Amino acid sequence: MPAPGRGPADGRPGGGLTIGDAEAAPADVERVFRAEYGRAVAVLTRVFGDIDTAEDAVQDAFAEAARRWPAAGLPPSPAGWIITTARNRAIDRLRREAARDAKQAQAALLHAQEQPAEESPVRDDRLRLIFTCCHPALGTAARVALTLRLLGGLSTAEIARAFLVPEPTMAQRLVRAKAKIRDAGIPYRIPAEADLPARLSGVLAVVYLIFNEGYTASSGEALARADLCAEAIRLGRLLARLMPDEPEVSGLLALMLLTESRRAARTSADGVLVLLADQDRSRWDGALIAEGQALVRQCLRRGQPGPYQIQAAISAVHSDAPIAAATDWDQILRLYDQLLVVAPSPVVALNRAVAVAELDGPAAALALVDELDLDRYYLFHAIRADLLRRLGRRAEADAAYGTAIARTGNAAERAHLALAKQHLSPPDSGG
Amino acid sequence: MKQYLLSIYQPDGDPPPPEILEPIMKDIEAVDAEMRAAGAWVFTCGLHPPDTATVLRADGGDVLITDGPFAEGKEHVGGFWIISAPDLDAALGWARKAAAACQLPVEVRPMVDLAEG
Repeated sequence: MPAPGRGPADGRPGGGLTIGDAEAAPADVERVFRAEYGRAVAVLTRVFGDIDTAEDAVQDAFAEAARRWPAAGLPPSPAGWIITTARNRAIDRLRREAARDAKQAQAALLHAQEQPAEESPVRDDRLRLIFTCCHPALGTAARVALTLRLLGGLSTAEIARAFLVPEPTMAQRLVRAKAKIRDAGIPYRIPAEADLPARLSGVLAVVYLIFNEGYTASSGEALARADLCAEAIRLGRLLARLMPDEPEVSGLLALMLLTESRRAARTSADGVLVLLADQDRSRWDGALIAEGQALVRQCLRRGQPGPYQIQAAISAVHSDAPIAAATDWDQILRLYDQLLVVAPSPVVALNRAVAVAELDGPAAALALVDELDLDRYYLFHAIRADLLRRLGRRAEADAAYGTAIARTGNAAERAHLALAKQHLSPPDSGG
Repeated sequence: MKQYLLSIYQPDGDPPPPEILEPIMKDIEAVDAEMRAAGAWVFTCGLHPPDTATVLRADGGDVLITDGPFAEGKEHVGGFWIISAPDLDAALGWARKAAAACQLPVEVRPMVDLAEG
């Protein structure tokens, strides 16, 4: 059994815990909570066969920790302490309920007797739980909320804030999803080999959706949004460690790390979006780039490309260029060609056209873009506007920028597009 | 074991011509036989069209009888299975086969287990 609680087991930054200190700061309890909540809920869900029982018990245990640890210090294995305390608490509570003839409590107790309290050494309980949370029988919004709640330990209020819905709405969404898991019998296990590829891609889609929600905030509090990216990367690291033989898992993690590496350079001080070509590359996070690129190289060696790996590889090519002019567009175009084969979509074709513009000029790219049916997508109009601008077709570019602005709610993107639109007119024309 | 209702949603109106319907019926029978062989089968039936339905409503001390169906719509349940399965994944496995055979949407609903209390 791995030593639970020794360091940030799931890759959360923050370093080692101050084990054995006479006093533990509330921040220590908070750190253990962030690092170990998901694992504790996952273990107890397996033990009791019921998510609500597991959540209540783990919350009880952390409340107890918050009372005890500040005076007594952190136990040698905080995660082990939490899981044992939660299990005992749950059994006490279920016994009281079972005595009152509550059938569900009796069933949960019976279930607990058949289950070892330790984690299975082969497959992490969190892996089972994430497949439950991301089950295709649940709606996408519910999958995202459950994953953040149960595996990330985010509070309902935090999730509601990040997704800009009222807290009661989010609470209702979580209650409904958990009721469906229980009543419809959504299993708590890793899917059968035959279903695994489809089910895994569903899990990766949820993680990437969480990341993108944080990265391309359609609006809302910047801080809550950055937390979503951190959470998605944490889940990505967890999955990469639990499923080391799945190249798409590494590909997604690499893609998120490389994207995240540019966060600081992506908006100006006054909150305007800065395009990749115009970013101050000294502000990119070198450590994240190195980690992402190492993962991309591993993926390449494996030779089983998939959509996430190819997108990560494209991102890695950008990261390689010390200045925008040094970008290896030839390589990027080849990767887009490959991506179009494994995951054909008009959005991929649109991004490919951007590479074509760099290699063969804006006219060639515009011909490709004009064939795409993406009228509702703001980036389609933004890219068209830029190509028209480069071709000197100022009036058409102006109209396209206008359409792009009308189709995005993101403040940073709107500001960037408005600036670009403004710059179309020569300064002396008064526009 | 849990039980699940697998409902087939069929568009209202005339059934497809025999050259289309017959192979479908054959496929449905094959799924049925596979369910029985696996011990998952509990019950199957096909239903007459929705305009043969009658609706009864309690109204005070009375019960009103009206011409059906209850819900207006373009599709109605045209038949169903009741199956027994260890969990939703197993039920969805059968429903996948059922949908492929019927060429129609199949809805899976868990049945309340009376022993659950």
